[in-house]
Formats: sequence, C-alpha cells, structure tokens
Amino acid sequence: MIDLKNSDPEFKWEIIKKEGGEGLLKCFGCSDCAASCPVRYFDERYNPRKIIRLTLLGMKDIVLSSPFLWFCAHCHACTERCPQGIKVAELINAIKNYAVEQGYCPEGYKIQLDLLQKMGRLYEVEDFDLKKRQRLGLPPIDKTIPDVAKILEHTNILKVLKK
Amino acid sequence: MKKYALFLGCTVPVRAQHYELSARNVAKELGIELVDMPSASCCGFPMKAVDAETSLLIAARNVALASQMKLDVVTLCNSCTAMLSDAQVQLSNKEFHSKFKQAGFSYPREVKVRHFVRMLYEDIGIENIKKHVKKPLNPLRIMPHYGCHYMRPSQLYGFDNTEVPHTLDELVRVTGANSLEYADKKMCCGGSVLGIDEDLAITMSNHKLTVAKEQKADAMVSICPFCTVMYEDNQRKAEAKFDKQYGIPVLYYPQLLGLSFGLDGNAVGLRFNRIKPDALLGKIAG
Repeated sequence: MIDLKNSDPEFKWEIIKKEGGEGLLKCFGCSDCAASCPVRYFDERYNPRKIIRLTLLGMKDIVLSSPFLWFCAHCHACTERCPQGIKVAELINAIKNYAVEQGYCPEGYKIQLDLLQKMGRLYEVEDFDLKKRQRLGLPPIDKTIPDVAKILEHTNILKVLKK
Repeated sequence: MKKYALFLGCTVPVRAQHYELSARNVAKELGIELVDMPSASCCGFPMKAVDAETSLLIAARNVALASQMKLDVVTLCNSCTAMLSDAQVQLSNKEFHSKFKQAGFSYPREVKVRHFVRMLYEDIGIENIKKHVKKPLNPLRIMPHYGCHYMRPSQLYGFDNTEVPHTLDELVRVTGANSLEYADKKMCCGGSVLGIDEDLAITMSNHKLTVAKEQKADAMVSICPFCTVMYEDNQRKAEAKFDKQYGIPVLYYPQLLGLSFGLDGNAVGLRFNRIKPDALLGKIAG
C-alpha cells in the first residue's frame, strides 16, 4: 500500500540533478522497460517502471531502502525500447547513486571500492599470476595503479560512504 | 600494419589468460599489432552504481593513456568497452573535460574505443579473415552469445542491430562453423547481479544453457569474461540448481577463430577452459 502522506516532493528533483537522472519526468508509465527487462523476466520483484513511478510520487524511503533497486543488471534492454527516449538504465543508476549518498550502499560495492583504493584493480595480481603470464609468453602487468586511489580521493566518494 | 592499444581490465589478465593469449595470437596471424598499456587500471564500471562521476574519471584516465600513445583502444571485455566508450564521449564534453583536468590528467587527442571483436569485424572484415581460415570448422554447431555491452546502448555505439544482432554470427560462420539461430539471443548472462543475488544470476545464466542443450550446441562462444564466468565457471551451479546435465564448453571467440586458422590448442589456451572441449576437438580432428 502506498500512502502519499509519506511523499517527499523534493525526491524527484534530487534524482533529476544526478548524472543520468535527466529523463525522469518524461516517463508516462507505458511499462516497455519492464516488458523488455531480462531481470524482471525471471524475478518480478524487480520492476523498473515501478521504481520510476515510486520516484515520481516521491516515495523516497520505499525506493531507497528496497533491495530490488540493486537488481538492475544495467543491460540497457530498457533504454533501447523506451518510446520516450529515456536512458532508463542510466536513470536507475542515478537512483542507485543517490541511494549511496543517502547511506544505502550494498556491502559488495564497499568491498570493491576498498580493492580499487588499494590496488586500482579488482583482482590482486599475485606472483603466481605473473609467473603464469610469463610461462604463457604474456607481458607483465602492474600490481597496483595508485592513480585510482587519487581519483577516489578527488571525488570524495570514500568520505560519502563513511558517512 | 594496423596497430591498437590493448586494454585488459581486471578480469582478463588474471582470470582469463586464454582469452588474452588467443586474442594476441589471432591478431598476430591477421597482421594486427597490439600495444600494451602500462599503468592501465580497472575500467571503472564496478563503481558506476556507487558514483557515476568516479567511474567515468577512472575510465577517462585509461582512455587518456591510449591518447598519449596516439593509438585507438581495443578491449576484450564488454563492460570495459561500455565504460571506456562512455568516457571517450564524455571527454569531448567541455564540462567533463575540465573536471578531468582538475583531477590532474590530460587527454591530448581524440582516440576511438572499440571491442576487439568489433575491430575484427570493421577493420579487418569478414572477407579478409576468410583468407586466413586454413581449417574450416564445418561440423560444429556454435551458439554465439553477444552479451549486453557489445552493442547496447545503441546511442553510444551505433553498431550492429540491437534487436537482431548479426556481427558475431557472421564472425562464427567465417570459421566454417554453423552459427545457431535461437530465441532470446540478446538475453543478459546475469553477471551484473551475481554480487547482489546469486540465485537470480544463476537462474538467468541457466536460460541460455538450456537453449544450448536443446540446440545440441558443441559450444557457446563468448566475447566477455563476465559472461564466461556465468556460463562456464557457474555452469555446475546451474546444473545443481535445476537438476540438469549440460557439459557445454564455452570458448572465447578468438579461440574458435584461432582453431580455424590452424593454430594448435596451446596457442589458443584450450587447457584453461574449465569445461573441456574434447568432443568438439574430436569432431574437427583429421
């Protein structure tokens, strides 16, 4: 049950300001995104149209606390079909980015961020890997790329997550 | 000689060396020079859901490395292709470019970003590739899996047909193998939700494995390490969850192409495939 008494009228404007959120107001609710969505095909708990409608209605708490927001595979099947030309996958991503700012970040992403800060890549390059590469005649690769940590510092994302 | 900067990303150089090895060896056969990118990092895609700007800056830094090398980029992973292509477009936007400079980087000249397989299709071309096929793989039934970020979003790529994709089918057919037509060719592997809900991800990857079995495919062909994780590394999990027996090998496209060029199993790293393609090799032997 959705009770509009809990609506936050500012929510949609916050999303529109985010990178990828621009198209939100163009949605007329046709559900082409949901019909094209491979995730929804297998699990109806995820529904991009519903997330967009709830956002337009200002149901901030429901949208941000829902685990299903994170089910979007970012495959762009919806983006290809939207008759309003909304970059739907980017819009869902904008809502995810906003959720992170508001303190809702899945643990998995925090772990990945930690790895990127330490190494600049997701998988550790061990001596074993370098030897294997050498045996195969593949060139060596850097174990760490410190520039990535510099970017994370520059955009302040680590502080946002620690809030 | 055609020359490109090779962007490896995180997964390929440590978890899918057979993809890298076969791509390098196929490139050599085709007279393509692949130049390594020292200090290339993660593409940035894993951080997109957390903060789009951070991910774009990480991606842009990688594009800028190639720009300093004065070379267009080719990538082996679909998600890396999407992320780097997005950054490449953003770099020509004044506002983003100045953010990039403020972060301490420079992008001296414009360079293109494409998937390695797209580069084969566009720059080498089916007719030229055909000239290198010494051992046509005629009896094989191959199921091509494109993956999402090879051609979507079309606004970013303007390549292939997002509703009825065909370029990978053509590239499979040039090896002499049959490229299987099947429903839901565009279906996502589920890799992006693996870290969020494994059960759902496995249900998604199971879908195409079922089709591959029904169609009696000798192998699936993948062009993305993420998709291969879902179809090959996690195939056992799908078998257990749905009480099925698949045993479908998953080859990277350059492995298949290399075999048709007459390269031996070692040159395309076949021993690193988790599901052994022995039956397939038996069919094309002799």
